[in-house]
Amino acid sequence: MPELVVLWTDALIFLLIALMLLFGCLAASREYLRTPWRSVGRSRMGMGALVVLSVYILIGVLDSVHYKPLLPEAAQTAQVTHSSEVQSLLDYLLTPLREQQEKTYSSPLATHLYSKENIEQADGRMLRDYPRLKYGGAHLQNPEQEWAADVTWTIVIGVQEALLAWLSITGIVIAWLGHRSGSTFFQQCQWITSSKTDIPWRVIFSVLGIILLVAFVAANLGVKYHLLGTDKVGEDVFYQTLKSVRTGLVIGTLTTLIMLPAAILMGIMAGYFRGWVDDLIQYIYTTLNSIPGVLLIAAAILMLHVYMNRHAEEFTSLVERADLRLLFLCIILGVTSWTGLCRLLRGEALKLRELDYVQAAQAFGVRHFTIIMRHILPNVLHIVMISVVLDFSGLVLAEAVLSYVNIGVDPTMNSWGNMINSARLEMAREPIVWWSLVAALIFMFTLVLAANLFSDVVRDAFDPRIRGDR
Amino acid sequence: MSDALLRIKNLKTWLGSGSSPVRAIDGIDLEIKKGETFVLLGESGCGKSMTALSIMRLLPPVGRIVDGSIHLGETSLLDLPESMMRRERGGRMGMIFQEPMTSLNPVLTVGAQIAEAVCIHDARQGQSAKERAVELLKAVGIPDPEQRFGEYPHQLSGGMKQRVMIAIALAGRPQLLIADEPTTALDVTIQAQVLALMKQLQQETGMAILLITHDLGVVAEVADRVAVMYAGEIVETAPCKDFFQAPRHPYSQKLFQSIPGRDKRSERLAVIKGSVPPLDQEFVGCRFADRCDAVMTICRQQPPQWDQYTEERGVRCYLQAGEEAAVKKTGRVNDDVIATARSDTQNLLLCVDELKVHFPIHKGIFRRVAGHVRAVDGVSLAIPVGRTLAVVGESGCGKTTVGKAILQLIKPTAGQVCFDNHELTQLRGEALRRRRSDLQIIFQDPMASMNPRMLVHNIIEEGMLAQGIGGSAAERRTRVEQLLEQVGLPATAADRYPHEFSGGQRQRICVARALAVEPRLIICDEPTSALDVSVQAQILNLLQALQQELGLSYLFITHDISVVAYLAHEVAVMYLGRIVERGTVAEVLDDPQHPYTQALLSAVPVAEPDGKRKTIHLEGDMPSPANPPAGCYFHPRCPQAMERCQQVYPKAVSLSETRSVNCVLLEK
Repeated sequence: MPELVVLWTDALIFLLIALMLLFGCLAASREYLRTPWRSVGRSRMGMGALVVLSVYILIGVLDSVHYKPLLPEAAQTAQVTHSSEVQSLLDYLLTPLREQQEKTYSSPLATHLYSKENIEQADGRMLRDYPRLKYGGAHLQNPEQEWAADVTWTIVIGVQEALLAWLSITGIVIAWLGHRSGSTFFQQCQWITSSKTDIPWRVIFSVLGIILLVAFVAANLGVKYHLLGTDKVGEDVFYQTLKSVRTGLVIGTLTTLIMLPAAILMGIMAGYFRGWVDDLIQYIYTTLNSIPGVLLIAAAILMLHVYMNRHAEEFTSLVERADLRLLFLCIILGVTSWTGLCRLLRGEALKLRELDYVQAAQAFGVRHFTIIMRHILPNVLHIVMISVVLDFSGLVLAEAVLSYVNIGVDPTMNSWGNMINSARLEMAREPIVWWSLVAALIFMFTLVLAANLFSDVVRDAFDPRIRGDR
Repeated sequence: MSDALLRIKNLKTWLGSGSSPVRAIDGIDLEIKKGETFVLLGESGCGKSMTALSIMRLLPPVGRIVDGSIHLGETSLLDLPESMMRRERGGRMGMIFQEPMTSLNPVLTVGAQIAEAVCIHDARQGQSAKERAVELLKAVGIPDPEQRFGEYPHQLSGGMKQRVMIAIALAGRPQLLIADEPTTALDVTIQAQVLALMKQLQQETGMAILLITHDLGVVAEVADRVAVMYAGEIVETAPCKDFFQAPRHPYSQKLFQSIPGRDKRSERLAVIKGSVPPLDQEFVGCRFADRCDAVMTICRQQPPQWDQYTEERGVRCYLQAGEEAAVKKTGRVNDDVIATARSDTQNLLLCVDELKVHFPIHKGIFRRVAGHVRAVDGVSLAIPVGRTLAVVGESGCGKTTVGKAILQLIKPTAGQVCFDNHELTQLRGEALRRRRSDLQIIFQDPMASMNPRMLVHNIIEEGMLAQGIGGSAAERRTRVEQLLEQVGLPATAADRYPHEFSGGQRQRICVARALAVEPRLIICDEPTSALDVSVQAQILNLLQALQQELGLSYLFITHDISVVAYLAHEVAVMYLGRIVERGTVAEVLDDPQHPYTQALLSAVPVAEPDGKRKTIHLEGDMPSPANPPAGCYFHPRCPQAMERCQQVYPKAVSLSETRSVNCVLLEK
């Protein structure tokens, strides 16, 4: 049995998922939460974006199950020894990508390296040319002639597989829908194609089809070639971008998880109690706001660095080290970013405390804490929801910027920020190496766009001023 | 007819699209003649404002005119291109809106806003826009117009702002002025000023006025002709006088009967059961059938046709003239009830003595206290068990603050609040919390006074939980259902959300919530002013029945004199944080002694067009409570002010056992 390793961020991610499930159960029983979410479910753009997001989340969650694999020689003996290297499920799935390391740069789908080297011929003569790659397109005898046909054929196979997978998935879902609504399979198909269903299944299936297409083509090509090329040390860029997904998601979600309790509690308390409580909390966040955020983050990361160097024995693996740094980054980003939400909530609580139903509760002698939990909190929840989804994309981008100035995640950790950072030098090469940057940008752009579209829909659904007009 | 200025034929305006559009206006015909005042009367949600917006073609994006025609003179407004329509708006047609506070742009001076309208619609040679604007300001009776020209809206009071709005509407020299509830947001004394101004302007310029209102008193005051709107249709038109003498449609009749007043005391007010039906349906029969007392079988089968039985009068009802809906006339109640009301001073439930609430004004960086807003400045009152004391006054006089200070929701600065021989102002924490069940409050706005996220059951239960009464969950549930039935709602209402109820029903829930903790005194803070007349009658009936049943005392805070006359035993009139006159209802309303009470009572529009009362017009507005005038607070506006008034605040003069007045005129 491989030994399961739970890193700090893993634990928090699973905690977050548990909280979300709990919140889902809560929302299902409360009408005021259920209605807006139902309108999110009916929105075409929202559901399309959600499908894309859930693919990212799937990758992120797969990458969050860490374990130490068994050493191959240990399998024979009774002695169980584990490798000191920590792997994730995603690593396991992407084993070919992970292990197929080239010598240095190669462009996407290339069969040769990107730079000339001295190659020793069989007869001992030295030839200066682009050497063949060890793995990328290694199955081709005569790359110049076979390459185009092979790539096309691989794509065709990928498309066929994608089609098959798509048909079976949609088939199962449609059959289930039909079973639930008591209609025939054919009828259900007709409803979906003419957009007569409540939930926009047509959009969901279309987006799913596109994603499956891309995924299967990428998988087929990725095994034979380096789909997005290789970087300086010959690592597959496609593998790196996939690994970066988790980093982006962790930063985007854990930061909010960390800042949320402080922001909600302090904001509502300041607005509700006013007086010296308000003064104190306002003082704290105006002070915090006046310190440049980047400076604070740099200081915190450097402090952590020093700590880790002094206590090197506590960190058994590189992954653990990087993980702690990531967690710290989340915390410090949370500390610097809670003020905005806090200020919003303070304003809202100031308004709510004057409302008649809060006054009525006071006239009943209801305790302050109960009033906050029963009357104020549910009525500011929409603001919290909106700001959480809006902040997400901002934080993903912030990670990229911070890693670019070297105060972000650990340099050994895969992240879009680190990829962009290394692209700084690659762009200066002649001929330029563009694929790292482009790969990171495509993946980040898709995630941020989907998150933004989704948050737009959520905001529209929860904003009480907009809700009435629809 | 040649003298018709505005002709509307079969106008239909629908809101929203899809399967069930809201038919806000469903085929109305009306004609307004030159120089007349035409009043459109009806409850909220009947399509009055939509009619005005349709005429101006200013409908909200979801609204569209599906049928009909509107002619202003010879011009067909619905066929004009938008660019031409812009010239008509503010040109031949002016409009005033309900809320003067939000109708003016706060970052522009009022002069600039008037001048803008002048430049667009009345650009003339030889006279600059400024001169014309000043002239307009003078015309609407704003003193010192040159100086006001350069001031910003926040420097003006509500009444002044509404005058400025009228000035803007007049800038284009309109032939038709559309006024959408122009005085609803204003106090009675200011309302009287604005209505008088509109009348005077009409005489000077000869324009026609389309006035939209829900207030029968306002109708009596200004109208030449009246049209009653109900659920998107006009159900009756009549000249004002005939309308008040003999309303024909059962709905109009009911409206009259549901107005509270002295003569209806201790009889139940006529109530129109239910509420206006939702307009997103196709009606089969008469729209009023479900709420009508004289409903016949035919009413539910076929919509009644318009019956124009004289040139001036028409009605949409099957009932013929003469066979008006039989209305039970209860005999006048003698004043015995009121006589017994003479306070049993031994049995005082609440006794407030010299209550003061001052809010500090902070200034400067160090937020030093630079002064105080004297919201309540020495108020004394007493309520015996089972009686109602009404506190009357204009907005901003501190009456709501009195209520909240008695409840200890706002900490009083000084004074005593003695409830059942227990001092409340000294109580803190747990002791105060236990006392809270004795005093309860009902708020003005039934929409804002319930948490929209909670079920009605939880809302009513909240007080019981906080006070730790009501026993187990099952017992509380029974009690909630019992309370709902007590206020006239089905027990099934417990499992619904507040937004599923109409305004009147929500106010009932609020009453049930207050009753849940078995209070002895309920402070009613304008509980009916956000409701329509017919619904107001339901709530007043309920409050009165509860008082008789449970022996509750009420502190009734209101600005509506007719409600006071109907419900209260004693009255206290407040002006600028102080009580200027108090006494029993009969004493104060029949024979007001303080000049302010006299003016206040005379300014209230009465629903009788013949009774041409002499209105005492008060000049100006209430001064700021942060800086009250020296001497008697009322002297700057008092028509009978003397020199002595400027020097000392008059002492209370006791005229009878129950009555005292603070006025120099009565001092010996």
